[in-house]
Amino acid sequence: MATARVPTRPTARATPRPRPFPSTRPSAAERTGLAYLDPLLAFAAIGLIVFSIVTLAVTTKGDVAGNPYFFVIRQSIYAVIGIALMLAIARVDYSRFRELRVGLYTAMISTILLVLVVGSATRGTRRWIEFPFFTFQPSELGKVLLVAALAGFAIDRLRRTSERQRTARLLLLGLAPAALIFLQPDLGTGFVYGVITMAVLYIAGVHWTHFAAVGAAVVAAITLVLVIAPAVGLPVLKGYQQERLTSFLNPSEDPRDSSYQINQALIAVGSGGKTGRGDEATQAQSGFLPERHTDFIFAVVGERFGFVGAAFLLSLYALLIWRALRILTISKNLYGSMIAAGIASMLMFQVFVNVGMAVGIMPITGIPLPLMSYGGSSVLVTFLALGLLQSIYVQAQLTSKSRAATAL
Amino acid sequence: MYLPDRNRAPTTSQFAVRVAVLGGVALAMFSIIFLRLWYLQVLSGDRYLEEAQNNQIREIKVPAPRGEILDRYGKVLVDNRTALALQIQTQDLPVDRDQRKRVLKRVADLAGMSLEDVRKEIREQTKELPASPVTLKRDVAYPLVYYLQEHQTELPGVSVERVFVRHYPQGTLGAHIFGYVSEVTADQLEEPRYQDLSPGDQVGQTGLEYEYDHLLRGRDGATRVQVDALGRPRGAQLSSEEAVPGDSLRTTLDSQIQASGEAALAQFGGLPGAFVAMDVQDGEILGLGSYPTFDPSIFTRPSLSPALYKRLSSEQTGAPLADRAIQGLYPTGSTFKPITAVAALESGLITPDTPVTDTGSITVDTIEFKNAGGQAFGTITLPTALQVSSDVYFYKLGLEADSEKSEPIQTWASNLGIGSATGIDLPAEVDGLVPTPEWRNQLYDQGETDRPWSAGDSVNLAVGQGDLQTNPLQMAVAYAAIANGGDLVRPHLAQRVEDASGRVVQEFNPAPRGHVDIDPEYQGAILSGMHAGAMEPGGTSYPVFGGFPVDIAGKTGTAERGLFEEDQSWYIALAPYPDPKVVVAVTIEQGGFGADAAAPAASQILATYFEHPNAPGHAAPEAPAETGAGAYD
Repeated sequence: MATARVPTRPTARATPRPRPFPSTRPSAAERTGLAYLDPLLAFAAIGLIVFSIVTLAVTTKGDVAGNPYFFVIRQSIYAVIGIALMLAIARVDYSRFRELRVGLYTAMISTILLVLVVGSATRGTRRWIEFPFFTFQPSELGKVLLVAALAGFAIDRLRRTSERQRTARLLLLGLAPAALIFLQPDLGTGFVYGVITMAVLYIAGVHWTHFAAVGAAVVAAITLVLVIAPAVGLPVLKGYQQERLTSFLNPSEDPRDSSYQINQALIAVGSGGKTGRGDEATQAQSGFLPERHTDFIFAVVGERFGFVGAAFLLSLYALLIWRALRILTISKNLYGSMIAAGIASMLMFQVFVNVGMAVGIMPITGIPLPLMSYGGSSVLVTFLALGLLQSIYVQAQLTSKSRAATAL
Repeated sequence: MYLPDRNRAPTTSQFAVRVAVLGGVALAMFSIIFLRLWYLQVLSGDRYLEEAQNNQIREIKVPAPRGEILDRYGKVLVDNRTALALQIQTQDLPVDRDQRKRVLKRVADLAGMSLEDVRKEIREQTKELPASPVTLKRDVAYPLVYYLQEHQTELPGVSVERVFVRHYPQGTLGAHIFGYVSEVTADQLEEPRYQDLSPGDQVGQTGLEYEYDHLLRGRDGATRVQVDALGRPRGAQLSSEEAVPGDSLRTTLDSQIQASGEAALAQFGGLPGAFVAMDVQDGEILGLGSYPTFDPSIFTRPSLSPALYKRLSSEQTGAPLADRAIQGLYPTGSTFKPITAVAALESGLITPDTPVTDTGSITVDTIEFKNAGGQAFGTITLPTALQVSSDVYFYKLGLEADSEKSEPIQTWASNLGIGSATGIDLPAEVDGLVPTPEWRNQLYDQGETDRPWSAGDSVNLAVGQGDLQTNPLQMAVAYAAIANGGDLVRPHLAQRVEDASGRVVQEFNPAPRGHVDIDPEYQGAILSGMHAGAMEPGGTSYPVFGGFPVDIAGKTGTAERGLFEEDQSWYIALAPYPDPKVVVAVTIEQGGFGADAAAPAASQILATYFEHPNAPGHAAPEAPAETGAGAYD
């Protein structure tokens, strides 16, 4: 097992003899690392964040009195910092993070624990830590930390003990933070952690039968939590959580309760029609749509830009996820594949659940739509994850180049 | 099997399969979302667009003022005033319990009520009308309106609406006739009568307000405005439909006669009573009242407390809400005698000149029936019997009639409308009862009474005692029929309906319910007996009417109310004599002899009728006065 590779400049070790062509001098693009980035992945990411800023610009004008660009300016700042973060991470060889797995994992668990202790409560949940200009949501950052750490542990575990034990330990490592996040309580993000854990295990090659067992356990747990526990008088979920999780099955029953949100989102998306309502988008503009700049931003897009706009947005996500899966396959090592799998699944899950919520086929959970939903933590962490993907891509490119060079 | 960690892209077939599966899952997810989006936006877009538009267009009801109720000269008896009502739209209140409580507490402070009172109002009003706004207070001051407008967002569901409230410029006058208006109830909305209404609409619940509700109601207008999720108007008014005010109802009432009648009833130390003044030719009601009365404006309060309602309807207080003129059921005493006389004359039992000897008493089946005062009037004919109100004379007629198969007294009483509702345009009129042998015998067979019909029942009926149950309105109609030659008029309060511009929409001239032929000779005999009873010495009401400037024909009545109560005083007058235009019927429960209470009350009403320069049905006040008292002395 090789340790982390420092990105090598192909020309650094070049022989003194002059080469006629190409130039031995690295180009500016090469020196900054931009030359080796996945251009499609970058295009999708920047396309999405621009889409987000445009949507916020046309939707949130009147939200903050006296400051029509409150959300636009902040989201733009997050975007700039996020892109810089992505480029920075892309230049680092991700394989180094394998050695830091224990540190990463500890950082993740301790920040999540910290939020339970000192976090500020919004609407009855503790998810945030307040900073002077920024509220930081550790459970968002924890997603990426978990991917990097768990993939590292998975590699580690490959050489020890029985397969069943490995699976059990990895599961435990992945589901412990998920459980802590359930306590905040934040069901949606907790599920994201579960999905990441499953994806890493899946690409690590865990046996099908283990997945079957986990699947059975999940079904049993859901039955216990949603059906049996309330029936015997020991409710695990808070009332609104249970309602939100189940009300999407029956959205039209009572327009005033939690299904109100689903109904309003459906009306918003549906009324967008083929080409959208543009400035006539009253669902968003008149306040019928709740959380329109965060959780329900897809409904805003659907109403304002119609099927055309929503399909374009989904195409950007499809491009993003296709590139993530592509990077998974070209990774120079299994660690990179596992990270790519974790990130790809995280993005897929978030997109599917968030969009599904807006179109009424998934329950309401507070999962942000990556790069679209307003919010610093989410935007920065998503760019961080994309930086990791870029890093895997860059390393794969460099490896194949150096192999090609060696072959020469 | 865990994959080997090689320092190169893992390319085992197992890895490839797993990646392919992951890609497949992604593809499936995107397909599901695309299909769903296609369904929502392309296939169902129009439906959702409509819903989105409905979401923001709110119809604001513009209430139509109800039509006015006027007396026959156009004097306003009931109109509207606008009031600013503090309302709570319960479904717009915050769902969260604490926030809700905070809003209600603030509203309570603003309205000067306690939180408990506010909750109680909400509870009581939403029980009846769940969808309607709860009115906490009518007539709030403008500063509160401005305050609410400024703090609209902090007080969701709280608003001040301009509403029309019934207003009674004449105070309690005619309270029983007009009835009251309140929001249509959930049960009423199911009735076909109210099919066009929606919750929150005001409808007449009793009296004329109920009877002519569809004419008085008017049609609410609507303004369609664009609103946001909090219901705040934004953008332009989209369309508006003007409110059409209700039509006005011109009644047959003469407010002076009405006032005079109500004042006349009120002077007997709180004894309950009722009066009717009616045109004998066409059944127009000039006045109709019941005592005790109530203030109709209490029904314009947001809600009527159960305690107040109990006070208005309990026996102890004389049930002010009851309209005794059409709902009371009493025996009539001697005021029934003219009816017995018509029956006896028309069935041939007597002629006006048939002499009957009044020895002071008769004995029927071992029971002795005596004259009221214990006097004996000797041998008399019908007019004298009516003048002095000889009981024995009519006892004998009753006894004779009892042996007649045709039951002449019952038949003629029924023909003259006794014992059945008159069809007046007021709700909740009662029928009453003319006792017949069949009726009592059937009750006896069912074990509901202690004895079958006997001759004594006929004797009692002949003088208006016993099981007879009727009310002043039925008696007025019967007397009117005797006076007008047999037309059983349909008493009515509505004269015509006018729209807001004064155009007559509808006129009311209800045809008589029926006709019975009464021989003019018999009619003359009866009227002259009644005239003598009022205007000649020896007449039962001569002490009251002896000096009355206009000749009238009247009959006293003293009905027994059982062992422990004073008798009920009755008086029915037809005036002027000999060509009556108006009938006045008065009864005072426990008022004693007819001449003691009811007759003076009737004389006050008649005095008003004749003093009134525009009084209907007589040419000039001087004319009858000239023929005056002397002519028939």
